[in-house]
Amino acid sequence: MAIERILKDDASEEKGERARMASFVGAIAITDLVKTTLGPKGMDKILQSTGRGQAVTVTNDGATILKSLHIDNPAAKVLIDISKVQDDEVGDGTTSVVVLAGELLREAEKLVAAKIHPMTIISGYRMAAECGRNALLQRVVDNKENAEKFKLDLMKIAMTTLSSKILSQDKVHFAQLAVDAVMRLKGSTNLEAIQIIKKPGGSLKDSFLDEGFILDKKIGLGQPKRIENAKILVANTAMDTDKVKIYGARVRVDSMSKVAEIEGAEKEKMREKVQKIIAHGINCFVNRQLIYNFPEELFADAGVLAIEHADFDGIERLALVTGGEIASTFDNPESVKLGHCKLIEEIMIGEDKLIHFSGVEMGQACTIVLRGASHHVLDEAERSLHDALCVLSQTVNDTRVVLGGGWPEMVMAKAVDELARQTPGKKSHAIEAFSRALVAIPTIIADNAGLDSADLVAQLRAEHHKEGCNAGIDVISGSVGDMAELGISESFKVKQAVLLSATEAAEMILRVDEIITCAPRKREDRM
Amino acid sequence: MALAFDEYGRPFIILKEQDQKTRLRGIEAQKANISAGKAVARILRTSLGPKGMDKILQSPDGDVTITNDGATILEQMDVDNQIAKLMVELSRSQDYEIGDGTTGVVVMAGALLEQAERLLERGIHPIRVAEGYEMASRIAVEHLEHISQKFDFGTTNIEPLVQTCMTTLSSKIVNRCKRHLAEISVKAVLSVADLERKDVNLDMIKVEGKVGGKLEDTELIYGITVDKDMSHPQMPKQIEDAKIAILTCPFEPPKPKTKHKVDIDTVEKFQTLRLQEQKYFDDMVQKCKDVGATLVICQWGFDDEANHLLMHRNLPAVRWVGGVELELIAIATGGRIVPRFQELTPEKLGKAGLVREKSFGTTKDKMLYIEHCANSRAVTIFIRGGNKMMIEETKRSIHDALCVARNLIRNNSIVYGGGSAEISCSIAVEAGADKYPGVEQYAIRAFADALDSVPMALAENSGLQPIETLSAVKSQQIKENYPHYGIDCNDVGTNDMRQQDVFETLIGKQQQILLATQVVKMILKIDDVISPSDY
Repeated sequence: MAIERILKDDASEEKGERARMASFVGAIAITDLVKTTLGPKGMDKILQSTGRGQAVTVTNDGATILKSLHIDNPAAKVLIDISKVQDDEVGDGTTSVVVLAGELLREAEKLVAAKIHPMTIISGYRMAAECGRNALLQRVVDNKENAEKFKLDLMKIAMTTLSSKILSQDKVHFAQLAVDAVMRLKGSTNLEAIQIIKKPGGSLKDSFLDEGFILDKKIGLGQPKRIENAKILVANTAMDTDKVKIYGARVRVDSMSKVAEIEGAEKEKMREKVQKIIAHGINCFVNRQLIYNFPEELFADAGVLAIEHADFDGIERLALVTGGEIASTFDNPESVKLGHCKLIEEIMIGEDKLIHFSGVEMGQACTIVLRGASHHVLDEAERSLHDALCVLSQTVNDTRVVLGGGWPEMVMAKAVDELARQTPGKKSHAIEAFSRALVAIPTIIADNAGLDSADLVAQLRAEHHKEGCNAGIDVISGSVGDMAELGISESFKVKQAVLLSATEAAEMILRVDEIITCAPRKREDRM
Repeated sequence: MALAFDEYGRPFIILKEQDQKTRLRGIEAQKANISAGKAVARILRTSLGPKGMDKILQSPDGDVTITNDGATILEQMDVDNQIAKLMVELSRSQDYEIGDGTTGVVVMAGALLEQAERLLERGIHPIRVAEGYEMASRIAVEHLEHISQKFDFGTTNIEPLVQTCMTTLSSKIVNRCKRHLAEISVKAVLSVADLERKDVNLDMIKVEGKVGGKLEDTELIYGITVDKDMSHPQMPKQIEDAKIAILTCPFEPPKPKTKHKVDIDTVEKFQTLRLQEQKYFDDMVQKCKDVGATLVICQWGFDDEANHLLMHRNLPAVRWVGGVELELIAIATGGRIVPRFQELTPEKLGKAGLVREKSFGTTKDKMLYIEHCANSRAVTIFIRGGNKMMIEETKRSIHDALCVARNLIRNNSIVYGGGSAEISCSIAVEAGADKYPGVEQYAIRAFADALDSVPMALAENSGLQPIETLSAVKSQQIKENYPHYGIDCNDVGTNDMRQQDVFETLIGKQQQILLATQVVKMILKIDDVISPSDY
């Protein structure tokens, strides 16, 4: 008698070796996909969306690539998830974390084939990860005390991060931009305060950091184009037709004259509102919502600069930089805090007019204006800059720094190897495998740069046998170089996050011995 | 299919549309049911114990869950077979009742079914088997009581509780920092426990998770977290000695439930309506202010104007807080949920020592912490972890640990884990079997064999030789008359579970045996399965 089916018709079940195979294959496929983008000579990918317009994105940011993929393999989904989290949490290292997790799984696959139980591999990996972290901890440099040196560290980190991106040509310029912007935040990690405006045209080199605040809006017609010592009221209020908000209110009239009267009353109401706003003694009014022609005209008459439809973030940022509060009612002009700035003027970037607020009270926010040849370049530049900003802001909080260029991986690999030799039992195989997976990262960096990876990594390993060595892969000259001299640094926090989440993800996938897929939900056709 | 005929030879139609239904009868039906039950148990078998493996479950919408919690696996498995559904129910009821041992109960039931199949083949009537099982389970439960031990703990000495929670957590992916999580769970349970009544209301413990950070960053908050931020970006981010007004009415113009229209036909009316509206907002905010609130938590949204007025009057506010959270806040702060502004009074305000907003990572995720509440009994466990699946799995593991701690507070008897209790029961049942005359004796022996399958699975999952290990432990138990020898899953080097500090709760174990027996009895009693065939 046939064994009854337990699951529903379309559901499937994979067991034991097959399940493990499926997850290994999926995870390794994802790794191979993003592998080529790793390192300063990593290549980019074109992503074409299936949505309308077939929008194209060119990027080498791991998180962006993985986010756009439609994947069915559950193990691959785990990897995508860790990359996303890495992006949210530290902002950089999104490719490294996936590559490391993939390499760990690749090594695990071999071990499983050699009949080592996954649980043994996991406990070996755990020991190795802990050991690697400690090894790295011993070699971190912390320049918290020395502001000058710390700034230099930040500069190096920014340059290292940017060197793998499209901005690598102008990395000094952009690193300076990023460091300046982050230093202005004074330790807060709120990247909202840094506004990035993208304007096509010009070259990447023309990008600049503005200490004030730039709003991508036009000044209303007939209003002053330049205001000194501006008093700014930031508002979120309806300036079109101020609707009666009481539910169910409607206008019902029986003659034309009544219509005119009501209209008059409406106008009167708006006029009053404008008067009240002007009574705050302001000369600049920024509103989140639309400003209709009529009130705009009233503002123009009063010589007040009125800016409409500033988006939500813009309003919040403006309130932050100018120190004003976001107002929605205007009855008590004396208690509303107004924002101040030295000068408001209209400036031209490329062909567009923007409004520039300079000399703001709170120096915490700033604007970076990116220029570039096309939208794709600008988008990628923004992503790269975002990565750099994230890393920097995290580094400001956790000031420990390590060297880059495959140096941390080699240091960890050495310590982990040492551990493997001391550990009795099957675990030592897993620990050894962990060190191999770590070495895979400098190998891939070298491979991507078109260098002889086997030779370089062997050299590197020999160098690292000496105490206190700073050797890493110098992609530019194609040899092993001193990372401290070359000024290639990375944030310890990022490296640590890469190590821990990659191990965690690998562990998670290794523990699985069965995959049960439910029947896909039927789409109901209701067209 | 059997048909009945009347005296003219026409068939009686007994079942509606009889020919469209498949029907299994007698021994066939029992065998089919047993094989279905066994198949479910087989899936879970590898998840048992500290070295158990996980399963990936892909939901109909493509979401991935990775877990080794028996109840979760079965719940998400999309089961179609009726008997398999019974097994799912079984695991769920263990989850509701005890919260832990959901895998064990299914493995146990599977083993009982397997043994029953052999007995059926020998021609023993299923009811006799069921009765034999019933007797055996009684022996086992009594024996458990006999070998159980009381252990003492107090609010100062939480170590034994922590140890028990660690046993539970060691089978999960979180075992890397099980000590930390176990301590958190125990502290959480103790802070909401009513030690005199021996009751714990787990509703008071909220388990929240946020992606990012390390598992080690998981913390216990003596208060409540809300995944919301202040309604206005410029409101203060930290409020000390907050008096909280908890509202379920929106800061918006009134919306009477009855349909109505306000007709505006003259300018005067337009004006009055406008004034009315302004006054309305003003009144609302003023009322909150008047009763002395320093924080407003509202279930609904705010109008822009109201929002600014709140900000203006220096009254921080949180909007769109969910109903469940609102209730928890009300419990924790000792406030009352107020449905209308008119009913606000100072007594109805909740009190909290500190309310602060905290942001995470590089995105603008913010959460609101309400701490040092008037009624500090409500606590929140805030989980951090590498990815979403990790957090979900941690939540489930913590839930298990919380349940275990609660069960211990209710009844502080424990038995030792690692399969030692099962082995000891098996010996007792085996010995008891001979006292029963009749066919049931066979069933009781079969029950003893089924009990062995749990330690067997443990050994198998830990990569040990199952039969060898089991027989060694069993003989050791009998020889030294010491019921605490079990399977050494973690390769510590001793079989004595007492030294390894591996406990389980007595009620949990008893419940497992009773529930499994009950379900198996139910399955054995079925001799006819009628199901509509596919169309």
